[in-house]
Amino acid sequence: MAGPRETAVANPLFESLLRLADDRLVLGHRLSEWCGHGPMLEEDIALANIALDLVGQASALLTLAGAIEGAGRDGDALAYFRNETDFRNAQLVELPKGDFAFTIVRQFLFDAYSVLVWDALQRCRHAELAGIAAKALKEDSYHLRHSSDWVLKLGDGTGESHARAQRALDDLWRFTGELFEADGVDAAVTALGFPVDRPALQARWRTMVADVIARATLALPADAGMATGGRRGRHTELLGHMLSEMQIVARSHPGAQW
Amino acid sequence: MVTPAVTSREELLAILQEVKDPEIPAVSIVELGIVRDVTVEDGRVCVRITPTYSGCPAMFEIERDIVDALARHGMTDVAIETVHSPAWTTDWIAEGAREKLRAGGIAPPGPVTGGGLVTLERRRVPARCPYCGSANTQLRSEFGSTACKAIHFCAACSQPFDEFKAF
Repeated sequence: MAGPRETAVANPLFESLLRLADDRLVLGHRLSEWCGHGPMLEEDIALANIALDLVGQASALLTLAGAIEGAGRDGDALAYFRNETDFRNAQLVELPKGDFAFTIVRQFLFDAYSVLVWDALQRCRHAELAGIAAKALKEDSYHLRHSSDWVLKLGDGTGESHARAQRALDDLWRFTGELFEADGVDAAVTALGFPVDRPALQARWRTMVADVIARATLALPADAGMATGGRRGRHTELLGHMLSEMQIVARSHPGAQW
Repeated sequence: MVTPAVTSREELLAILQEVKDPEIPAVSIVELGIVRDVTVEDGRVCVRITPTYSGCPAMFEIERDIVDALARHGMTDVAIETVHSPAWTTDWIAEGAREKLRAGGIAPPGPVTGGGLVTLERRRVPARCPYCGSANTQLRSEFGSTACKAIHFCAACSQPFDEFKAF
């Protein structure tokens, strides 16, 4: 399989922070679409809480990214005034929320990845990022326990819930490869003291995911062709639709306070 | 420019005790460990605060309340800085504040058990009901009315209650 095309990145640390932030901003927004639509009250509240954590993490990361970029952009400018091709999230998180099984299985696959990323970054050289990572790790540990519990309940539940969870896993699997794509940005920030070892992450992630999937009586899909492009700003058409909704108020009323 | 009437750290912290958490008005932002430091530099009061949860929506209101509280004591030159390192933990909540939480119907957090990544195994001894003190309680959801709370149910007195979750 050919690796992703490399293009030189002017500010790898800024780029790396955008990837971290955009994964969480986009997934947080997708989760917020459940607000008022959850399958039961407790779950509605849980998904809104998780969305809030993710958007909060994105806000701290984008604020830091803006400071590092040094071009006068704050967190809101980066969240609301960048276009689709400037977003650096993995395609996994931009897919529409689907049914509850799709949302939960996606969340589980992401949470397992995210705790490993934060675990590495909480020891990085940059004190502010290390602090953001340490807090986010605690938040995402709650998220992962929640999504893992649900994967077990759905997979090892009724015929219907099992079938929906397996379908979600099969549909989502080809979007997981992008989380572990290593490129020049990773190499550059690792040299700066922000360790990102994607092959090691992937091995640990696979062990965690396979354990829960097996206990949920679900089948791990085979690795086939993996989707790619999000880290370089190439997205499915679905992201643009989501951003138009997420950004319209800020763009219609720039600078508005409430 | 109003010259600060008080300048000692203790006096400033006493003023900041007036600022309550908007979502948990029983306790102050000092007791919760949100205030990390307060100093006076060239007549300017500098307050360093740290968020509890990343998405805590109360942080903006807390900043406004800090400015208002200091203004009531004649201090109008105030700088507030948000710091993320080290990350906030419920272990920083003062002992007296835990009793206030309980009295306010919120079970205080247990100690944070550090180390290792999350596991699926159930992780906790049951929270104690803040109303009747029973440990015969069940966790209903680890996500509650605010980011920092979990929902429990007490089988002894048939009351649902919030717990400030260990974090």
